[in-house]
Amino acid sequence: MNAKLSLRGVRKRFGDLEVCKGIDLDVAEGEMVCLIGSSGSGKSTLLRCMNLLEPIDDGEIWLDGVDIAEPGLDPQPIRQRIGIVFQSYNLFPHMSAVENVMLAPRRTKGLSRADLMPRISQLFEKFGLADRMQHFPDQLSGGQQQRVAIIRALAMEPEMMLFDEITSALDPELVGEVLDVLRELRQQGMTMVLATHEMGFARELADKVCFLDAGMILEQAPAEQLFSAPKEERTKAFLARVL
Amino acid sequence: MSDTAQQTGLAGASPAKPTRREIYEASVRRRSNRIALFSTLSVIVAIVLLIPLAPGWEAVQRSFFNGRVFAATFPGLAEAFLLNVMIFAWSAPLIALTGLAIALCRDARAPALFPLRMFGVAYTDIFRGLPVVLVIYIVGFGIPGLGLPRPWNSPYIWGTLALVLVYSAYVAEVIRSGIDSIHQSQRSAAASLGLSDGDTMRFVVLPQAIRNVVPANMNLFIALQKDVALLSFIGPVEIFRQAGVYKSLYANFTPYVGAALIFLALTVPATRYADYLMNKQNKQRS
Ligand SMILES: Nc1ncnc2c1ncn2[C@@H]1O[C@H](COP(=O)(O)OP(=O)(O)O)[C@@H](O)[C@H]1O
Ligand SMILES: [Mg+2]
Repeated sequence: MNAKLSLRGVRKRFGDLEVCKGIDLDVAEGEMVCLIGSSGSGKSTLLRCMNLLEPIDDGEIWLDGVDIAEPGLDPQPIRQRIGIVFQSYNLFPHMSAVENVMLAPRRTKGLSRADLMPRISQLFEKFGLADRMQHFPDQLSGGQQQRVAIIRALAMEPEMMLFDEITSALDPELVGEVLDVLRELRQQGMTMVLATHEMGFARELADKVCFLDAGMILEQAPAEQLFSAPKEERTKAFLARVL
Repeated sequence: MSDTAQQTGLAGASPAKPTRREIYEASVRRRSNRIALFSTLSVIVAIVLLIPLAPGWEAVQRSFFNGRVFAATFPGLAEAFLLNVMIFAWSAPLIALTGLAIALCRDARAPALFPLRMFGVAYTDIFRGLPVVLVIYIVGFGIPGLGLPRPWNSPYIWGTLALVLVYSAYVAEVIRSGIDSIHQSQRSAAASLGLSDGDTMRFVVLPQAIRNVVPANMNLFIALQKDVALLSFIGPVEIFRQAGVYKSLYANFTPYVGAALIFLALTVPATRYADYLMNKQNKQRS
């Protein structure tokens, strides 16, 4: 098994509430894995555990053969290797789009704006934002902000990306432009884990879909199989509700 | 974002002819303006007519509103006020820097920095718990009393230090409330990019926090401008003390009224501006 990221028995609790109840999951290099499940099932928490934004209580998280959940490990260099994009964009409102993108590479990799500019303007261009680089977040539409957030994560040249329902806060007509960015990344072979409510998109592009229910992966299977022939009753009930 | 774009789009497209609603609102506005004008005028007329009827009015007018004394002392008062402005001008930046440092001490999370945090808490508790004038007396008389050589026995230095000690405690609390007001998701986003805690504070949290508390800090600095007058108790002849000198000289209280007018000329516009900034921010947030 040659997985980029492997979770083994990951447990996470907030006070009395256990949100991840022993999660096992493998994400292979270049693979796209989708997490589906109703709100509150633990998708966001699982993603935040993967790049150590939340410390886990028990279990192992292997990244390229190293257990990054080792207590006491410095999370900073790990987070630089795993990008995450949030539902609510979380851009820095006091900085222009291009400053948002440049801050982390400048501070963590010691690169200057001039060093970064060629690569970063290329990213803005590729995602259709070449003329928006100097705009501030409140001057951008939701879809544009979310694309800037993706560029910001990509600018760190992460080895893999996590996406937490990145289209859920968008007006329906803006969802497409953000999904196109994901398609593009998929084509480039980026390793990705997505929490999503876009079932059509998951079915079309995911290698593997995991159905989360109350903090457990109840069922995981190749996309086509999970959507057309779910095994578990609860998966069937969930799909019946959202499809 | 898209909403505001739509709204401005609508506003731009509104017809030149006023709508029924606009006509109605305009008539309501005219009516309330008339009422406000009438009630204000009645109050002014009442004051102007009634106060001079009070039995002691003539005496009060002679000792507080004496035109001759006013004209003779006003230039001297204005000149003394320059000292207030100068003391303000060199203590304000010191206060801003000390306040920021104390706020950061209180926010220190690493266990090794626990003493700093304790210091921050103790500092703000002590200096917010004391009357300004008491700190001015203790520091302003106490430290020069150690028998320091010139210029280190100057009341300007130690008076200023007293103001810095007290006001930076308040500024620290305001900045800390600004830091607390920045949503956790901003720190999360910074952490997820691999930024250190220090960089997250410096580049992400603080710039937003400080911007949010500009109006609150302006109010503190307006209060500081007034409290500079308290230094008169330990020596410097600023405007309040100068007014006292003139009062004795002319045996008349008009110089105090002149001093009050000079303070108001500065603090009223500053207060209006702080309120304006505060309203603007509240509107942006909602
Ligand atoms: N920081 C937190 N503190 C306490 N409870 C939390 C926290 N984050 C998430 N939870 C709880 O964990 C559960 C799973 O949440 P979440 O991971 O956001 O689910 P999902 O993304 O699938 O909607 C929810 O019941 C939520 O209330
Ligand atoms: Mg979620």
